[in-house]
Amino acid sequence: MAVSTTASGGAGRANSPTRAVVLLTGPAYVWLTIAVLLPLLAMFYFSFLTEAPIAGRVGELTLEQYREFLEHGFYTTLILRSLKLGATVAFFCFLLGFPCAYVLAKTIKGRWREALFLLVIIPFWSNALVRVFSWTMVLRGNGLLERSIDFVIPGAGSLGLMFTYPAVVIGLVHSYLPYMILTCYISLQAIDDDLIEAARSLGAKRLTILRRLILPLAMPGIVAGAVLIFVPVIGSFMEPRILGGRHGTFIGTIIEDQFTAVFNWPLGAALSFILLACVLVIFALFAPVLKRAA
Amino acid sequence: MATVSVKGVSKLFGTFRALDDVSIEFDDGGFYGLLGPSGSGKTTLLRLIAGFEFPDMGAITIGGEAVERLPAEKRDVGMMFQSYALFPNMNVFDNVAFGLTVRKLPRSEIRTRVGEALELVELGGLETRRPHQLSGGQRQRVALARAIVFRPRVLLLDEPLSALDKALRTGMQIELKRIQREIGITTIFVTHDQEEALTLSDRVGVLRDGRLIQEGAPRDLYERPKSAFVATFLGDANLLEGIVEGAAIRLDEGPLVRTTAPLPAIGSRVTVAVRPERITVSPEAQTSGGEHNELGARVEEAIFAGNSLTYMLSRGGRKLRVFAQNTGSEPVSADTPVRLVWAASDTIVVEA
Repeated sequence: MAVSTTASGGAGRANSPTRAVVLLTGPAYVWLTIAVLLPLLAMFYFSFLTEAPIAGRVGELTLEQYREFLEHGFYTTLILRSLKLGATVAFFCFLLGFPCAYVLAKTIKGRWREALFLLVIIPFWSNALVRVFSWTMVLRGNGLLERSIDFVIPGAGSLGLMFTYPAVVIGLVHSYLPYMILTCYISLQAIDDDLIEAARSLGAKRLTILRRLILPLAMPGIVAGAVLIFVPVIGSFMEPRILGGRHGTFIGTIIEDQFTAVFNWPLGAALSFILLACVLVIFALFAPVLKRAA
Repeated sequence: MATVSVKGVSKLFGTFRALDDVSIEFDDGGFYGLLGPSGSGKTTLLRLIAGFEFPDMGAITIGGEAVERLPAEKRDVGMMFQSYALFPNMNVFDNVAFGLTVRKLPRSEIRTRVGEALELVELGGLETRRPHQLSGGQRQRVALARAIVFRPRVLLLDEPLSALDKALRTGMQIELKRIQREIGITTIFVTHDQEEALTLSDRVGVLRDGRLIQEGAPRDLYERPKSAFVATFLGDANLLEGIVEGAAIRLDEGPLVRTTAPLPAIGSRVTVAVRPERITVSPEAQTSGGEHNELGARVEEAIFAGNSLTYMLSRGGRKLRVFAQNTGSEPVSADTPVRLVWAASDTIVVEA
């Protein structure tokens, strides 16, 4: 009797970790299934229809949307343009964000660090649309930027930045910079100061230490930041539309058009899944590099 | 190799005086131990010699060259960190080779010298391992190889053995001493472990509150500490207070204690120290007298530790301690009145 109770008690204890895992992760997975997977599946289904089955209309199964993509080369051109935009924005975020993260993690201590962190995070708290429109005030002809330049160098002339590719990059870099700073900060902070001092005592100059020690050790953070930025930038439509104007046509804006202006949901859905496939292929190709870096 | 000299060095952190007018000459090829409790400034002194900090006052020279304003990367000083600070993104070979690759030595020479260094620390064959695949002792050897492979003028060791367990530590002490002698490099190391300082060093400097309070050969420091602090920090000591009376000291409790050490003027207050291992616990009074000192005490506890015995004793309100070898005889049991006997030459007079 006593033996059987202990045995069942032991079994109960052995099971409880599994139950805890299910109880703790279950809600998140249920939510993800309902909120992400089901709509995505619906969209995937739409992409094979002639028209979206809403408001009583009936779509028929077809591959026409995917044929549309293959027949018109400009969709591919736009995807490549968006990939280039993603890479450019990620690169500039690294260029600006890494030094900032380094200073935050290694040079500044205590209260000042918190204050500067706040400055990094504040853009996150403001509304994205407001942020982008505030850039139009800065970048437009005779805007804040041009007037300040004109104040320093009178008669410098117009930069003509508004509604250009650089304007889109500027707006996107501003929006996504905090991701890079935060991920780099985390990996830089984990680097022991002793390592840097050890390298110095061995005769290494700053640049050598950066190249051989800090960059390799911070690589997981840099890669994480770049991925976090690259993916949403490829599909972005708001910044390109508002800041790029005529030059702001990317795959993201075309997809948005299909849903909001042209009401061709099946084509929008098909283009979305083609873009998703492109991203997955890129990550698959770079997987060995990413794995080593992380 | 080179001599290192520190002259009148002071270092402030805000208003905290980490080092206060410290001067030490480190002999060429010598093994110098900086000993002190935490906060005594010993690590600060090491970091000043390494070039991670600059002194607020004073001069530091290496091989006669003034270096106190030279940054660490230009000092040619090898340092082994307490945390070992091995580069986690490099294997053992690249870690050791680091100091040579930044000096842009030819690849073949790097290969030879790294091989020699790893041979010296007995780690040949582990070149391709990553630091996280090594044991604590192995990591330490890699750190040591890395610090000496570029033939620095000075080797600095920050608490070199504190991260190892006791068994490994004793082995590494002998190793470290052998390697240091083999390459003949001027070595300065920091420790808070008095036994480590005494075992490894040719000379020991004791620091307290940013000041050098005594230095000398390990035996000198142990046999002739100048202060109660040094007497108790280096080893163990029973401290007794009294007043100089002729050629002896009259203890506050009454008895007279003889010494062979020079004494200050008659009537001055002094503290004397007696090492616990120099005292014999005797059940009866010794009649021979003469050059011996004798005090009555009561055994409170006899602690058995295998090869030795520690007697905890009391005399009046004072606690005393005696170490005895385990010679096989029955230990004196608790609550027994005994006589403590030691030679006059074992009475150390420290400052009052």
